[in-house]
Amino acid sequence: MTTFTHEFDTPVFKKKVSFPTGIFINNEFSAGVNNTTIDLVNPTTGQVVAQVSEGMPADVDRAVAAARKAFETTWGLNTPGFDRGRLLTRLADLMEENMDELAALDAFDNGKSFMMARHGDVPFSISVIRYFAGWADKNHGQTIETTEAKFAYTRHEPVGVCGQIIPWNFPLLMMVSKIGPALATGCTVVLKPSEVTPLTALRMAQLIVAAGFPPGVVNIVVGYGSTVGQAIAEHLGIDKVSFTGSTVVGRKILEASAKSNLKKVTLELGGKSPSIVFDDADLDQAVKWVALGIFGNAGQACVAGSRIFIQEGIYDKFLEAFTKHATSIKLGDPFRADSQQGPQVSQIQYDRVMGYINSGKEQGAKVHTGGSRHGNLGYWIQPTIFTDVRPDMKIVREEIFGPVGVVIKFKDEDDVVRQANDTLYGLAAAVFTKDIKRAVETANRVQAGTVWVNSMMSGNVQIPFGGYKQSGIGRENGEAALAEYTNVKAVHVNLGHTL
Amino acid sequence: MASFVELAIPRLNTKVKVSTGLFINNEFVPSVGGADPITVYNPATEQVLCSVTGASEADVDKAVVAARNAFRTTWGKNVTGFERSRLINKLADLMERDAEILAQLECLNNGKPFKIARDFDIGDSVACLRYYAGWADKIVGQSIEIDRRTKTAVTHPDPIGVCGQIIPWNYPIMMWAWKVAPALAVGCTIVMKPSEITPLTALKLSELVVEAGFPPGVINTIPSLGSIGGAALAAHKDVDKVAFTGSTVTGRKIMEAAAKSNLKKVSLELGGKSPHIVFESADLDQAANWAALGILYNTGQDCTAGSRVYVQDTVYDKFIDILKGKAAQLAIGDGFDEKTGGGPVVSKGQYDRIWGYIEAGKKEGAKVILGGEKRSTPGWYVDPTIFTDISPNMKIVRFVNCIVQIFGPVLSVGRFSTEEEAIKLANDTTYGLGAGLHSNDQAQCHRVSSALEAGTVWINQYNLLYNNVPFGGKKQSGIGRELGSHALEEYISTKAVHWNYGEKLDWPL
Repeated sequence: MTTFTHEFDTPVFKKKVSFPTGIFINNEFSAGVNNTTIDLVNPTTGQVVAQVSEGMPADVDRAVAAARKAFETTWGLNTPGFDRGRLLTRLADLMEENMDELAALDAFDNGKSFMMARHGDVPFSISVIRYFAGWADKNHGQTIETTEAKFAYTRHEPVGVCGQIIPWNFPLLMMVSKIGPALATGCTVVLKPSEVTPLTALRMAQLIVAAGFPPGVVNIVVGYGSTVGQAIAEHLGIDKVSFTGSTVVGRKILEASAKSNLKKVTLELGGKSPSIVFDDADLDQAVKWVALGIFGNAGQACVAGSRIFIQEGIYDKFLEAFTKHATSIKLGDPFRADSQQGPQVSQIQYDRVMGYINSGKEQGAKVHTGGSRHGNLGYWIQPTIFTDVRPDMKIVREEIFGPVGVVIKFKDEDDVVRQANDTLYGLAAAVFTKDIKRAVETANRVQAGTVWVNSMMSGNVQIPFGGYKQSGIGRENGEAALAEYTNVKAVHVNLGHTL
Repeated sequence: MASFVELAIPRLNTKVKVSTGLFINNEFVPSVGGADPITVYNPATEQVLCSVTGASEADVDKAVVAARNAFRTTWGKNVTGFERSRLINKLADLMERDAEILAQLECLNNGKPFKIARDFDIGDSVACLRYYAGWADKIVGQSIEIDRRTKTAVTHPDPIGVCGQIIPWNYPIMMWAWKVAPALAVGCTIVMKPSEITPLTALKLSELVVEAGFPPGVINTIPSLGSIGGAALAAHKDVDKVAFTGSTVTGRKIMEAAAKSNLKKVSLELGGKSPHIVFESADLDQAANWAALGILYNTGQDCTAGSRVYVQDTVYDKFIDILKGKAAQLAIGDGFDEKTGGGPVVSKGQYDRIWGYIEAGKKEGAKVILGGEKRSTPGWYVDPTIFTDISPNMKIVRFVNCIVQIFGPVLSVGRFSTEEEAIKLANDTTYGLGAGLHSNDQAQCHRVSSALEAGTVWINQYNLLYNNVPFGGKKQSGIGRELGSHALEEYISTKAVHWNYGEKLDWPL
């Protein structure tokens, strides 16, 4: 069985860290059935730095069996909501005691800056667990009046064993956003972290044991999408699958569910979100938010504002200021305090993003700034802005998932709303203006699950999040998340209707 | 300048320290208005424990000013739900940490058994705080479609503001938790008047409020007589809401004062004369257990005390026998004694009152089949007492049964023959707090629970409450609900905002 051991000796974090990286089932770590491993590559160097145990479909079977047993005996509604909430609160407390280490592991694995992880990802993740802890004993059903002859009520029951497949862009945050509502409602979990960034999930496994969750409630199987992910999607013993990742894979998951047992499916997929800047926007603020929207997390965010629409009157001024801002972003090692952008997470992602940049050039778009690799070690890509684009170009239509924005000039509200909605996606949108009428009207007209007015990338666990159109099915965060893990049972008690 | 006392707990060979000043703006301070100090007694020994500062009207004003300032600056809309949640959870953790000390104080001042105080009163109170901590960041309004082009409407669940909270002496810690938790979760600030009979745990909890990190003025504690502090809060022009638990008589005064002052919002948890109905199909042994619990728990000092038991005539004699045996098993004594299942009643006043009713019942010819005799040793003790053969004309029935709560371990048992009769007897009261029915006939359970005019109906059970299930009275047992998500409503004042951004008005019309 594998272990991750690393001596962190950096300006922002110093500690020797060591924990098992096996398959986590029934509160124990073990090697996978095949006894094979997956290499972890450090995206700042391109070097292999560790191994984790590789899970296979047979390991998924083991995990599902454990999750099912726990659901039927020690979890589900066998543990009252209040107690489920207490365990989640305990988990949040343990996460808080280990904030630095969790931030370091996400930074090490993903390449994002330690400071961003420590002051963004990790505190947000703790708030997610605390928030759902509070819901655990509040998932009420209803009593419903019909006639004197009937007593009708609904029970909100946990769906059962849930497969959860998460991506590599916000490893810890993605994990807690999935396990939070699932555990609160009483479901048990088989979690597949990304094989690219499994470390925080495996460290969380130890915290889950320490918090006191019974064995089998949370199980973690690291493996490839084509093996473990597919096994989860088509498993007959899994009642629901929740997936965050690309639209391409989302389709496969939905198809696998249809072909297997019609398990419930929620999907958080890709986006090509418009950032819309009107003439009357606060220019300075708009530049900063729009930049955050496309360059934050090295552009590796499903809500990235990757199509930037600037109204004619402000176009030149905005582009100038935006370019200046983009070129001032400090690319650097995640463990330097002043680093603002890390590398792309892997070779595959790097190649993909560079591929899009090249296609932009080939199709005749103008590289206004950036467009090249940064440095000659690791996977850094310069913040890149394309102008003179056409709606049919790949860089305008497809999700790039890197620090690459396309800038488009527009005339008026009708024009920009039409263009903004001209996409298969519908995850998010941002509107920058001081005119309240215009802000509300545009927000109303844009087909997106989240609309930001005068901000971007700003999330709170209490607010529901999810996609329109091909950006997803279902909602995470907020009370809405509970419904995704709840089976509503209606009970009709006959009080006097005889045949 | 802080004044405090150290109270000895002889049986446990320990001492508990309590601050005795008024708690305003996170500090314990002397009175500015020269009210008499409050003498606090140990009901198991009838001895004086200590005295604490009594609040005058001027002190109440000070406390309200502190609460208003906090509401305007550090609390109310100035603090996030997430932060409120964090602080309430911290307070719960501290209560849990200090459960032993709090239980000792509760037992000393109120008389209830130490173990029950620690495991139930305090255990449930900690859970109550945690339950409402979980709500604090989930208080949402609505967004409502008017039309897409010109207008948007939303509601904001604003905290009401400064809340006066007046709590009784029967569950000092638990009543405190039931009141502060939802108010804080929503963002209100509090001026809390604990009972002058049992102020000690509220003062001790105020120390934990500081330790948890609540800003000054969010919670203020002002022990005083009801006629001074309670009346002042109810009539105060700058208190936005008053929440009261206590007798119906006082509840009326509070509501009147609210009406005459500033129409502050009022919620009331008042008395009850809750009926227990035992049908012939019931598991009689279990029904007797629940009936005994219903009248003897907390020595009968419970607003939902099941003080009237009606038994179907076909099982009457059998049930009475079982019930008498159950009631006799309860050992009433000193709360620090391991064997004790119930303590003394809380005060001389209550002691005299209860014995007054018992004597009246005996004089009118009601039959005493258990208890009914005073002890000769110190302590305000009332042993379990059961009256039977009560007739509708007796004072104990007409006046006592249906109008006045005895609030002691005194049970009257009557009989009925039909379900209709049972329901009629049960509902023949101006109260409507709790009711219990015991039956194995499912359809009967539905019919009867539907017909009983009570805010809480127990089927084949009694007395047990849960933090997530609402509780409150119908009829003259109260206004509003505590516990569950319903309690939040009592502290929310909804604001509707109509935001026009596109509709132009033609003038003249």
